[in-house]
Amino acid sequence: MSGTHPHDHDHDHDHGHDHGQDQAHPGQAKDEKVHGYYQLLGLALKELLIEKGVITAAEVRAAIEARDAITPSLGGKVVVRAWTDAAYKTRLLADAHSAILELGIDMGPTELIVAENTPAVHNVIVCTLCSCYPRNLLGLPPSWYKDRDYRSRVVREPRAVLKEFGTELPSDIDVRVHDSTADLRYLVLPMRPSGTEGMSEAQLADIVTRDCMIGVTLPKAP
Amino acid sequence: MSDAATLTAARFAAGDVVLVRDDYPPGHIRTPVYVRGKRGRITRCFGAFKNPELLAIGKDGLPKKILYEVQFSQVDLWPDYAGPASDTLLIDIYEHWLAKA
Repeated sequence: MSGTHPHDHDHDHDHGHDHGQDQAHPGQAKDEKVHGYYQLLGLALKELLIEKGVITAAEVRAAIEARDAITPSLGGKVVVRAWTDAAYKTRLLADAHSAILELGIDMGPTELIVAENTPAVHNVIVCTLCSCYPRNLLGLPPSWYKDRDYRSRVVREPRAVLKEFGTELPSDIDVRVHDSTADLRYLVLPMRPSGTEGMSEAQLADIVTRDCMIGVTLPKAP
Repeated sequence: MSDAATLTAARFAAGDVVLVRDDYPPGHIRTPVYVRGKRGRITRCFGAFKNPELLAIGKDGLPKKILYEVQFSQVDLWPDYAGPASDTLLIDIYEHWLAKA
């Protein structure tokens, strides 16, 4: 990691895997305490930095707390703004990084692409290599997103996987799977469902769930 | 990212048909096996990014590599694909993994 910009947990570590210290590797039993080489290295480095007074344990704890505090409601704020402000939606699709900054959400050095669902196209996001995820907008990914089952199947039988999430799409809607394997993160902009015309922004925010911003479900009018 | 110099240096443009290298070098490769040797179409160029294959072994990742979004027909990736022929997969691939098809 370069020391010139903040360590960015949204962008998975340089070796590509997602080794949050409190999280199991995808495919690994969640309660399995494995201290592999890099985990031990990380722990040793943390202890040394604390011992030498470079950082404090309280700072580490606060950073973890800040990370854990991000919830999908941030992504929902972006979606609701796009639903209610056509000019904002145009900016969001053209340059998502700048558009979310308008709402006070900073992706740091990571690029963001917003994939818009339309009556003809449905988008769904995966990272087959590890678990790349727009954490600055949606928080920590759900466990199924990191599981081998979802990661291997959604690229080759997306319609079957979507059906298991209760999402059945007619064959005249193109399914586009986005495999985010590199330096960009993806967010699905779902279509605003009919029957929501009179709803306030706060009411709309309630129907924009995490899963519909990953693209495995569709928002529904209450 | 998408500055003029990068765009001039990019070998491919949106619409180009490309073939992913069917190659299996050791190390940290961010081109999944299921697209290697497959034919797709460039949909956009994202600009230059540090090379993850070098970052993974503690190097500086330079020179940067141009990153593209490439779209594949699902039926080209999976011969037994159970869905409409218009279903696609989009994935980010670095330039040195692509050749003109």
